[in-house]
Amino acid sequence: MAEPKTKYDRQLRIWGEQGQTALEKASICLLNCGPTGSETLKNLVLGGVGSITVIDGSKVELGDLGNNFMVDESSVGKSKAKCVCQFLQELNDAVKAKFIEEYPEALIETNPSFFSQFTLVVATQLVEDSMVKLDRICREANVILVLARSYGLTGLVRISLKEHTVIESKPEHFLDDLRLNNPWPELRGLAETIDLDVTDPVAHKHMPYVLILVKMAEEWSKSHDGKLPSTREEKKEFKEHIKARMTALDEDNYKEAIEASFKVFAPRGISSDLQQLIGDRFVEVDSSSSDFWVMVAALKEFIENEGGGEAPLEGSIPDMTSSTEHYVSLQKLYQAKAEADFLVIEQRVRTILKRIGRDPNSISKTTIKSFCKNARKLKVCRYRLVEDEFNSPVLPELQKCLTDEDYSVAGGFYILLRAVDRFAANYNSFPGQFDGVMDEDISRLKTTAVGLLNDLGCNGVTLTEDLINEMCRFGAAELHAVAAFIGGIASQEVIKLITRQFVPLSGTFIFNGIDHKSQLLSL
Amino acid sequence: MAAEPTAQESRSRDLDKLLLRPGNLVGPNFEPGPALRDDLKEYGRVLVVGAGGLGCELLKDLALSGFRKLEVIDMDRIEVSNLNRQFLFRLEDVGKPKAEVAAKRVMERVSGVNIVPHFCRIEDKELEFYSKFSIIALGLDSIEARSYINSVACSFLEYDSDDSALEETSKPMVDGGTEGFQGHARVIVPGVTPCFECTIWLFPPQVKFPLCTLAETPRTAAHCIEYAHLIKWDEVHSGKAFDPDDPEHMKWVYNEATKRAELFGIPGVTYSLTQGVVKNIIPAIASTNAIISAACVLETLKIASGCSKTLSNYLTYNGAEGLHTEVTEFVKDKDCLVCGPGVLIQLDTSITLEKFIDLLKEHPKLLLSKASITHRGKSLYMQAPPVLEEMTRSNLSIPLFDLIGKIPKDVVHAIGTTTKNDKKTSCLRKLRVVFKGVDGIADMDTAGET
Repeated sequence: MAEPKTKYDRQLRIWGEQGQTALEKASICLLNCGPTGSETLKNLVLGGVGSITVIDGSKVELGDLGNNFMVDESSVGKSKAKCVCQFLQELNDAVKAKFIEEYPEALIETNPSFFSQFTLVVATQLVEDSMVKLDRICREANVILVLARSYGLTGLVRISLKEHTVIESKPEHFLDDLRLNNPWPELRGLAETIDLDVTDPVAHKHMPYVLILVKMAEEWSKSHDGKLPSTREEKKEFKEHIKARMTALDEDNYKEAIEASFKVFAPRGISSDLQQLIGDRFVEVDSSSSDFWVMVAALKEFIENEGGGEAPLEGSIPDMTSSTEHYVSLQKLYQAKAEADFLVIEQRVRTILKRIGRDPNSISKTTIKSFCKNARKLKVCRYRLVEDEFNSPVLPELQKCLTDEDYSVAGGFYILLRAVDRFAANYNSFPGQFDGVMDEDISRLKTTAVGLLNDLGCNGVTLTEDLINEMCRFGAAELHAVAAFIGGIASQEVIKLITRQFVPLSGTFIFNGIDHKSQLLSL
Repeated sequence: MAAEPTAQESRSRDLDKLLLRPGNLVGPNFEPGPALRDDLKEYGRVLVVGAGGLGCELLKDLALSGFRKLEVIDMDRIEVSNLNRQFLFRLEDVGKPKAEVAAKRVMERVSGVNIVPHFCRIEDKELEFYSKFSIIALGLDSIEARSYINSVACSFLEYDSDDSALEETSKPMVDGGTEGFQGHARVIVPGVTPCFECTIWLFPPQVKFPLCTLAETPRTAAHCIEYAHLIKWDEVHSGKAFDPDDPEHMKWVYNEATKRAELFGIPGVTYSLTQGVVKNIIPAIASTNAIISAACVLETLKIASGCSKTLSNYLTYNGAEGLHTEVTEFVKDKDCLVCGPGVLIQLDTSITLEKFIDLLKEHPKLLLSKASITHRGKSLYMQAPPVLEEMTRSNLSIPLFDLIGKIPKDVVHAIGTTTKNDKKTSCLRKLRVVFKGVDGIADMDTAGET
């Protein structure tokens, strides 16, 4: 066996040891192992998930060899689940791979409690009725559900679970937490000790912009009734002041200060997202609350008390032009403040835990620390029941997509993906699945789609003939490239859900394989 | 009729729906039918450049999308750190050439597919090699390699006398790239869409730390690592080149970086970070490679068959914060040195090939040194390998005008090195040479007689 650290190096750089451990603990169940399902699992097996269970009742046919890499000539006539499972095991011996030769629909009907043993279920190529039933089962059992489907040049990926909370959302672009608009006493104190007019040119050009800005903001507020620049003119004037302090043209630190001056002007306090989060009804915690909400409750108390309207300090600073000494002392100062904020929050978490009758030490220091560091970036994702979406989708959103110049095709596919299931329920085959009855299928699908739009209350929306024809042309084909695309997305979402890092997609992703103008629908 | 298996029994059960049935949302030249499916097998020759994370996926996806004649080129050998995503490789394959193992594995599983591996650098192949493919699929992780292949593909594009591109000479490419949860897939049809060079600004060069920061005011762990790697190594190992693949060398850099970090009170130097900084490691996962490759192959299938409209022309995918996909239609740069009609160079008929090669060094738009010159597939002068150099050396003293058959104007190709962002890179340039004082029509006739 290869040294896992080396084998997983390229992904450990993304989700770290913690994320990897979460993956290795996860047990994943796959329903239907056509190319969409097989490709989803392939990506997860390579990444090292704990265990997989492949469920499929079908035997391998010749047609499967044309779209599924996990089966080959020798598989024809054998259990598809078995063949796929065998190949997947070859990819990574650290994964426990099992298969069950049974049709998912039957399992959903007869043995709903079966699904509760898994961390997550990936259900591929299910029709509407089975999706709805499985969704209810998973919701009840608190199992994460990812639905994936490839259909000709379209397809979808949908996540379903009650709530997914993320501490490490790792946004790519996020404003650093320097508090230049609201420096705490120690930062102010450090700025006071420095002399911006130092005569040594080397020292002058190595003064970090953080200190320049804190110092100059202080000077400004002293001469402006304790206020920071707020109007356009004031901001401009403030920048002019900075510029005037430059003693040479090559002083990068002053250029950085001018560029970063907006951080001084930014409003104090927390973002509207965070405001909304601490106003969530789940903040009223009790013994059934998750660790996340217990910590949010503590965060709320902190913001309202010690924080003075601010979240705990993140504690890290970006690289900037500076002497090593100044930079290191700034770094230490920010870290010390973050540590102090953390200690307050930790205390509050312990007190809350005690109050709600839980062990005060049941949330680890590491978790609370990570929570504090990411307090400004917390994310909560909630998903409607599939059944609710199907019965009463968010109409304005659907209408908007259906009539959008660029995305009406994706919107149309959403309707048609549902219409083909109604079609199949009525006629026992998908439109265009068999040659020879195309014209009849086209008109039947059209009638079905119109009926669906009416039922949903989408009045005045029509789908183009071209798109309906196209859907019939697809004839429920599972093309390998589309399956690999949809499966790729499904596996990426699974990874985000299991590692609890990054942000999973919200709603339903509708793939438009014609021109790639795909769409995310929150219905 | 009975010999043809029904659609449900056929190996191409799913693909047939798209290739055999007519549709309205399709490409302009779509002619559905069994002949199309057979043509794809017979004439759809695709070159996959790179057999890494994207390359493995591309090969599999192409093999399962109706293509039978594939080739793959890659100069690398398999490493343990590839195994988390390059699914055609196993632990026992470590050390073997990627192209060879990848080709073998796909052929083992998909019957009827033939894949020819090429274990070499892309620059090692002659232009002829690239001309035989109908489409080139790029699974690369470097800008230089993309740029090179792009210039090769664009070199086949011919223009008519009105400077309009002749579409039938265009060699389409699909290009994918990933980093973490993000990636892009694009379609490049030289003469129609922008080429890689037209939108080179999409790939800004990597920012390097100023040496004075490394030497005098280090602040981050990366500064300490780069100090050990770029400054200290040369000070201590007089003349010995640093080899990033030698674990002893890496260990040395890590130790030196740790010492420096301690000296300055800088936290965060780890062995993993040292490797990351020194080798400029781009984090990579299976799922993103799968998504991007699939998009590339879907477009390859559409270009080859016309079975649907094509991506126009650049897809970005970002799965880090929710899921965002976006299609951008970039426009081509009509003055592009690579996909345009070519750089115009006026010459006297007496200019020798040697003089011409010297001229390319000074030409402000080219700055091309050590150029090898080809004319209509024939080598006029080759810098390497030594055998070819010797064979073509005698041409150096002959006027270029004579070498190309005394035609008043024509296209020649020059492959040489140029300096981009302080880095030497191979590049290919299309040159339109025009000879002064030659009567076009009269000379065309004489050229025809020879």
